[in-house]
Amino acid sequence: MEKKLISIGFEGSANKIGIGIATLDGNILANPRSTYITPPGHGFLPRETAQHHLQNLTRLLRSALDEAGISPADIDCICYTKGPGMGAPLQVCAAAVRVLAKLWNKPLVGVNHCVAHIEMGRVVTGAEDPVVLYVSGGNTQVIAYSEGKYRIFGETIDIAVGNCLDRFARVLNLSNDPSPGYNIEQLAKKGEKFIDLPYVVKGMDVSFSGILSYIESIAPVKLESKECTEADLCYSLQETLFAMLVEITERAMAHCDTKDVLIVGGVGCNLRLQEMMKAMCAERGGRLYATDDRYCIDNGAMIAYTGLLAFAHGITTPLEESTFTQRFRTDEVHAIWREKSSPDVNNGSVNTIEEKTGS
Amino acid sequence: MEIDQEREKDFGVLLKQGAEARVYESTFVDRKAIVKERFSKKYRHPLLDSKLTLKRLNAEARCMTKARKLGVPTPALYAVDHLLHTLTFEYVQGSSVKEVLLDFGSHGVIEERQDDIAAQIGDAVAKMHDGGLVHGDLTTSNMIIQQGTNRLVLIDFGLSFTSTLPEDKAVDLYVLERALLSMHSSCGNVMERVLAAYRKSSKQWSSTLNKLAQVRQRGRKRTMVG
Repeated sequence: MEKKLISIGFEGSANKIGIGIATLDGNILANPRSTYITPPGHGFLPRETAQHHLQNLTRLLRSALDEAGISPADIDCICYTKGPGMGAPLQVCAAAVRVLAKLWNKPLVGVNHCVAHIEMGRVVTGAEDPVVLYVSGGNTQVIAYSEGKYRIFGETIDIAVGNCLDRFARVLNLSNDPSPGYNIEQLAKKGEKFIDLPYVVKGMDVSFSGILSYIESIAPVKLESKECTEADLCYSLQETLFAMLVEITERAMAHCDTKDVLIVGGVGCNLRLQEMMKAMCAERGGRLYATDDRYCIDNGAMIAYTGLLAFAHGITTPLEESTFTQRFRTDEVHAIWREKSSPDVNNGSVNTIEEKTGS
Repeated sequence: MEIDQEREKDFGVLLKQGAEARVYESTFVDRKAIVKERFSKKYRHPLLDSKLTLKRLNAEARCMTKARKLGVPTPALYAVDHLLHTLTFEYVQGSSVKEVLLDFGSHGVIEERQDDIAAQIGDAVAKMHDGGLVHGDLTTSNMIIQQGTNRLVLIDFGLSFTSTLPEDKAVDLYVLERALLSMHSSCGNVMERVLAAYRKSSKQWSSTLNKLAQVRQRGRKRTMVG
């Protein structure tokens, strides 16, 4: 029997470090991850985040190899996030994979973080050619595949939707554990009153910074005067932001004549967003493909799997070019694996991802 | 099904279903007319939904009439219904610029006719921009060449807004340029002629076209971080 291609992937573009091991048919053998959690009211800074990654890297690597039950010799290629992301955290993984590539004598594959989210979403849900809404703390994009590349049809012109939610969570002093967005989602469930907020859609693009400034300025006043509760504010913010996202996704669907939607990225685990998107898809006779926090949130397996797709089509990154970059657009990547018939997808047997925080 | 039939009775024959509106062929006081109905979105909060629907209905009606006031041919607005969220306006007989140019693409370009169309586009956009109006969706399918008069009529002001910023006007032109390039590259450089006419008609052409050069360079999009 022919040996299956196996890759290991290192992800560390933001406040999570994850190491995943995957095969070409989408099987995930291991996917441990550690999240750098800051105290309420604070965001994560590059230097401290990089230190966190550095401290957890070897531990995660050991546990990934143990969990998958393989030795370094079984690995065919080492994949890592080349960008986009925060410089210092990216550097940790980029440096680590160079060492491992020399130590184990294996080829390197640099992966675009955004494309990895898309490929992970596709292999987990089985969505063939959907319009993709990629929403996270750093990115907000509506993407569809066309002629060899993932094209961006609409995106944020300033901050990402996750960044807007995270920063509002800081105003309310919500906990960052497990994530600020999750705590906003829980609080929003208790909201009843809808507060009118700006709604900013420009063609297929969106803008969030003005909404954030507005809600930051009215929140203390309205809470002081007991005009509304914190829950009402979370509820209204979610309703407004998500309505904007669903609207631009629908525009892209009408433009591309596509019926299905795939949501990826950290904000993609939000059930309210999924519910609204599902309602829109139902009206158009389409389907919504969404995943849960195991695959939505940054993880190593998505890098491993996407890198392996490229590797199987003959792409590797020479050591001299194994750099990282903070700016790396989704549409700069030539998705060569989408051009030829893609490998058979195995949906059934994906192992669970263990979230290993702290220690 | 019942609802659909009821709609047919109310507005006439459904011509097009978009993401936000349905367009019907109808009659208005014995004239052939177009009814554009904005429908509500179930996924949105009801308060937000009615706010947006009304705001956009009003904005479209205002921009359409403003363009006409500025001397840009648009369909004449007959009625605005705030309860049913509909606009009723003149039915313009003719074919879209998209159809005309695609026809040129497959059957050979009639230079004279193409020059005339390009000049009319440049002139119309210049008049709008000088009056502080940005169309927001300048594609060749939103321009109709009226049968008989060969006059260019601009339609679909659903994304229009008022602005005097060179940036907004430049992006407006950039959208048109991209549309021409992607759909009608076989017709030669139509955009060049459009811009020549724009320069002739607009008093503020220099700041807008300077900005257009910048917009072209950055491709309108930012390079992303994280």
